[in-house]
Amino acid sequence: MDTFRSDAEAAPHDVDPLVRDILARHAGRPGALLPILHDLQDALGWIPEQAIPQIAAALQRSRAEVHGVISFYGHFRTAAPARTHLEVCRAESCQACGGNALYEHARARIAAGGAGEVSLAPVYCLGLCAQSPAVMIDGRPHARVTPEKLDALLASAQEA
Amino acid sequence: MERILYVPQDTAALAMGADAVADAFRTEAARRGLSLRIVRNGSRGLLWLEPLVEIATPAGRVAYGPVAPADVPSILDAIGTDGAPDGRTAHPLYHGPTDEIPYLKNQERLTFARVGLIDPLSIPDYEARDGFAGLRKALDMPPEAIVDTIVESGLRGRGGAAFPTGIKWRTVLQTPSAQKYIVCNADEGDSGTFSDRMLMEGDPCALIEGMAIAGLAVGATRGYIYIRSEYPQAERILAGALQAARTAGWLGDDIQGSGRAFDIELRRGAGAYICGEETSLLESLEGRRGLVRAKPPLPAVRGLFGCPTVINNVISLATVPFILARGAQAYRDFGMGRSRGTLPFQLAGNIRCGGLVEKAFGLTLRELLFDFGGGSASGRPLRAVQVGGPLGAYLPESQWDTPLDYEAFLEISAMLGHGGVVAFDDTADMAALAEYAMEFCAIESCGKCTPCRIGSVRGTEVIRAIREGGDRDARAELLQELCDTMMAGSLCALGGMTPYPVLSALRHFPEDFGLSPASVPLTA
Repeated sequence: MDTFRSDAEAAPHDVDPLVRDILARHAGRPGALLPILHDLQDALGWIPEQAIPQIAAALQRSRAEVHGVISFYGHFRTAAPARTHLEVCRAESCQACGGNALYEHARARIAAGGAGEVSLAPVYCLGLCAQSPAVMIDGRPHARVTPEKLDALLASAQEA
Repeated sequence: MERILYVPQDTAALAMGADAVADAFRTEAARRGLSLRIVRNGSRGLLWLEPLVEIATPAGRVAYGPVAPADVPSILDAIGTDGAPDGRTAHPLYHGPTDEIPYLKNQERLTFARVGLIDPLSIPDYEARDGFAGLRKALDMPPEAIVDTIVESGLRGRGGAAFPTGIKWRTVLQTPSAQKYIVCNADEGDSGTFSDRMLMEGDPCALIEGMAIAGLAVGATRGYIYIRSEYPQAERILAGALQAARTAGWLGDDIQGSGRAFDIELRRGAGAYICGEETSLLESLEGRRGLVRAKPPLPAVRGLFGCPTVINNVISLATVPFILARGAQAYRDFGMGRSRGTLPFQLAGNIRCGGLVEKAFGLTLRELLFDFGGGSASGRPLRAVQVGGPLGAYLPESQWDTPLDYEAFLEISAMLGHGGVVAFDDTADMAALAEYAMEFCAIESCGKCTPCRIGSVRGTEVIRAIREGGDRDARAELLQELCDTMMAGSLCALGGMTPYPVLSALRHFPEDFGLSPASVPLTA
């Protein structure tokens, strides 16, 4: 759960047994689609399209419905994430403390290739609003983040 | 002699390096041959001091903060053999007895009474501080009596809507069904709020106990906690607490030998703000897109999987054990008017001393901002305060003396919501924040109703056009008409209340939109 780093080699060619395992674990559980998708993403780092027919068949739902659920929720990814996944809060409290400038800094730095292989996503509140601005790197929270602190955090995430 | 040290494992502490601090204490204590027990507690809520490390002394706990790993040797130097500060060396990070810090001392902590004091995963810790006293009582009460107690307490939904909790429970109790559910809304998506997270990370058993009491009250044997995916630490701690409560016989088929059953399943959301809306949350729990449902039927009548469902916020449910244990009157005695009890306010944004302040209703925003918050973090004058999350109004200084009370806030076209208070200094661009409010609505709209889905996109465009200049007065009028449509025609609070921050920014800060005050009517 606390890491988004995918084992890209494990996906997607031999994803069937994994999906079968997960489906078996949730068999008979009411409203199991989100837990199933979470288990899959926790294991692979993302949700490969190949898994959708199998999930749909097991839950007796249409493939369109399963696809609809995946695409509705911002947390679910349909492509492998970068080595480091950075989420920067864009909400009001962080905006009150320089969050917009921090986001622009992150975007520019990543675009320039200065931070290594990083995917950047906005997030709307990490619950660290008394210590804004806040970011999450590979599932780990960081508060009172300055551009300099962010650069250092990204550098150590790339080394890890 | 073993020393006891508290290093919080609340996300607010972890985000400031608490794990590294705990490691440093372990390493340094081992090097010195000191016997040290480190308790990973919740946060005391003095968030500008995190990581706030406490040391148990014969005279109570004393605080150091914010502690970095490099401070660890000097802190260990500063305490004597009895574990108390030795008086010779006043450490620069020393704050004295934690309970005497005015920020904490001046609070009225009922719901947060245990948060930060106990090991959140220790059932004995929980029981030693009144834990499960409410559930013990409820096990001997008829369902109607439990519901009556909650009604009499005056508790209203702390998620934001402020609907009387007991009335909701009574509807579920009186709706016959073979299966009923208790659902906890832990999808705390409002920016500026973190009380649910702190409660779940610091005293998860209070939530578990509150849900079990709700189950006894309405005849439900099954509960769900829907927690947002942005809160991995709260999820970990809750999962551990659920397991501990089961092992100790406080959840399961036969609670404490009473023959009564109740258990809870933890479900993770997936990054959709709209799932904090109760009907959307139910859709999500059922495995679908989080589309808002039309009401009626109310979830209390037809909720999760079509069954009568109590759906309450974390703070509402975690307050229930206090009410059962101490009685409805003990809770009612706090507060003002129809806002009874306390609200855990969250001081956030550009504020010097941000944190959790649980107080009875009735204090003013000014007291929160200055007596507790100490003014802005930047040192510049505060200009605007958003209360109640992204759907709450922006309040100018002229409104900061309004008492924090549900009805008083409604009168000034604002809302208390979940108690989040976000402060902005005089560099804030209120027109940009108004545009953001519409943009956020557009990003998070579930798309089911037109006023929200389309209105938020058009609203973003109109505000952008106003900011860029040209025909501002006519566009401001258009924006107000659009807001009227969204307020009157949206299915839920997202579309229905996004106009609050927009119109309040327009009304109170017209200069930021390039408008004169005369062109903005005072009512909308």
